[in-house]
Amino acid sequence: MRTATKSLVAGLGLLLASSTNVLAQELTILWAEWDPANYLQELVNDYQKETGVAVKVETVPWPDFQTKAFTEFNSQGSAYDLVVGDSQWLGAASTGGHYVELTDFVKSHNLTETMAPATMQYYSEYPGSSGHYWSVPLEGDAVGWAYRKDWFEDPKEMEAFKAKYGYDLAVPKTLKELVDIAEFFNRPTENRYGAAIYSQSSGDALTMGVENFIFAYGGSLGDYATYKVSGLLNSKESVQGLEDYKKLFSFGPPGWGNAFFAEVNTAIAQGQVAMGMNFFAFFPSLLNEATNPQAKNMGFFANPPGPGGADFAALGGQGISLISYSKNQEEAMKFLDWLVKDSTQKRWAELGGYTAAAAILKSDEFQKATPYNKAFYETMFKVRDFWALPEYAALLDQAQQGFYDYVVNGNGTAQETLDKLAATWVDTLKNAGYQAE
Amino acid sequence: MMTTLNPKSRAATRGWSDITIRNVFVIPTVAFLIIFNVFPLLYSLGFSFTDFRASSKAPIHFVGLKNYVDVLADPVIWRSFATTLWYVIVSVAGQFVVGFGLALLLNRPIPGKGLLTTLLMLPMMLSPVVVGLFWKLIYDPSWGILNYALGIGKVAWLTDAKLALYAVAITDIWMWSPFVMLLSLAGLSAVPKHLYEAASIDRASKFYTFFRVTLPLVAPILLIAVIFRTMEAFKTFDIAFVMTGQPQAELISSRLYKMAFAQWQTGPASALAYIILIMVLCITNIYVKYLNKAKER
Repeated sequence: MRTATKSLVAGLGLLLASSTNVLAQELTILWAEWDPANYLQELVNDYQKETGVAVKVETVPWPDFQTKAFTEFNSQGSAYDLVVGDSQWLGAASTGGHYVELTDFVKSHNLTETMAPATMQYYSEYPGSSGHYWSVPLEGDAVGWAYRKDWFEDPKEMEAFKAKYGYDLAVPKTLKELVDIAEFFNRPTENRYGAAIYSQSSGDALTMGVENFIFAYGGSLGDYATYKVSGLLNSKESVQGLEDYKKLFSFGPPGWGNAFFAEVNTAIAQGQVAMGMNFFAFFPSLLNEATNPQAKNMGFFANPPGPGGADFAALGGQGISLISYSKNQEEAMKFLDWLVKDSTQKRWAELGGYTAAAAILKSDEFQKATPYNKAFYETMFKVRDFWALPEYAALLDQAQQGFYDYVVNGNGTAQETLDKLAATWVDTLKNAGYQAE
Repeated sequence: MMTTLNPKSRAATRGWSDITIRNVFVIPTVAFLIIFNVFPLLYSLGFSFTDFRASSKAPIHFVGLKNYVDVLADPVIWRSFATTLWYVIVSVAGQFVVGFGLALLLNRPIPGKGLLTTLLMLPMMLSPVVVGLFWKLIYDPSWGILNYALGIGKVAWLTDAKLALYAVAITDIWMWSPFVMLLSLAGLSAVPKHLYEAASIDRASKFYTFFRVTLPLVAPILLIAVIFRTMEAFKTFDIAFVMTGQPQAELISSRLYKMAFAQWQTGPASALAYIILIMVLCITNIYVKYLNKAKER
């Protein structure tokens, strides 16, 4: 009896000890509520199998994600160890002391060489070109295009297109061609429209869409290192880009003034549009016949160059950062060690995540895995992003207001819109203490 | 089996005094209000005079009235105020007309009156977000039922700069007219019948009876409905936020939300919140003044 009691006590002691151990080895990642977060949960289950450390991915709906994250940061809560944050948060989160600096980690793992360069530049480095890194690229993403292959390959359409525009109907080689194709397919009487593009005034939707045109037409949003805005944001190239974005908007479905990723995919699924602009992360559902009756007719391409040959696209996606207030920082660093391994990145890509690992992106295996992976690979080496300053939200709101008034409401000219926005941005930057001009 | 308390027992003789009742019921309530209402109110008042950003650990500086001056000098905020004012006028007037009209219709013996009243009250029992999403589908230019029913082509109700605000106001009217109807119905049913009999004996016209008997007696309760709906309409957020992103239809609550939670301008956002609070208090005071006058009459 005494032996049995001793064994029981010893067993309970072991159980308690092991459960305490397990509790100390739990990591929690905060991310937005979308498919990639589910893929990440699948991925980190492998980490638990390998190490015994449980990793939980907690999600928040997209509209509340930033609020939730920054409320947590500000309260210095330790509920989350890691966060998969937007690239624009870098300034606010790093200068606010919410992210642990990962420069040594990045250097020791040679991430500037192994990850697609643009992803390190925009998901991780702050301030720009400073050599200070705050995150590890996790979900690479950018804006690409989906199109109706059956419409593009219809002999009658091809003949009519050639007769009207003098060149073959095919995947557009420039944004000018893309606008032509949208115009060609825009037939409101048949409930058929040219293109579904981003137009929503809240969040960053419309600005993300406009960025594709401004960047590819050779314009820019300003110099992120010197804070020079005038002459860049309102350059001739930026003006042409914005004008053509507005033209393309006119070839969208009726009432198309409040569209982001969900609305674009809906218009495609309903067979309303020839082309749709969207983040690559939302393309998988377009190949699912349960959500898109046109699934077998879908093709994908990267944002084409502008008329002058400049070849850029707007960046989406996020990097994973270690939160300063985490009580499990040592364990979280071990997790990041595991995450950047080639084998983990490969598995991440297999699960549906968009890796930023350059070698995997360049591999045939990755590019042939889905109809959109090749376009994704092409895009990830030519992406540009919005300002990542702590004041980015104010700059973004001003851009959204200005672009919406011109593109959707049809007020003023592109030149007036960009001149006004440049002046507003300079004021905002100066008020925040930058030497802007 | 029932037991009765012995009147001489200690429990029966030791009844709660007024002071005990105050301590048990009033103090917790007051404490709750102080902790969750008064304290945050004063705390945010403090923030409104600083450059505090809730997203940053940067030191907080006192900036005096700068936030108030900046907010009142911002044309975007003035546009939102003007939009909100027009929205309140359209929405509350619409609710008043529809709600009071329905009450007049229901204030007479009609078959199935109880069921009809219950059905009419359904909209205000729904979640505003659900109502917003529901009406978004109704307004859809491509497949929405409204354009189809009216046969007016593909009108973009929620993205057109000139229509978006009215589209949201129509939804608000649909949702909250039953509230005005309910209060009006209570007021109408309280009008003494003998006044109508007297008016009838005096051969007063229906028009005259309505304006001289019905309306004056129902006016106080109608004013209460208008006060409630004005305050609610002034702070409308959910329906408009869900339905439209048209900046020309941006209400002041949406602007406040963007400043406070998208841009983390906590100081200026607190200042704007106080300006809104003061405006709502002023408008309410005007109504209350009229309410008191109506009661005196």
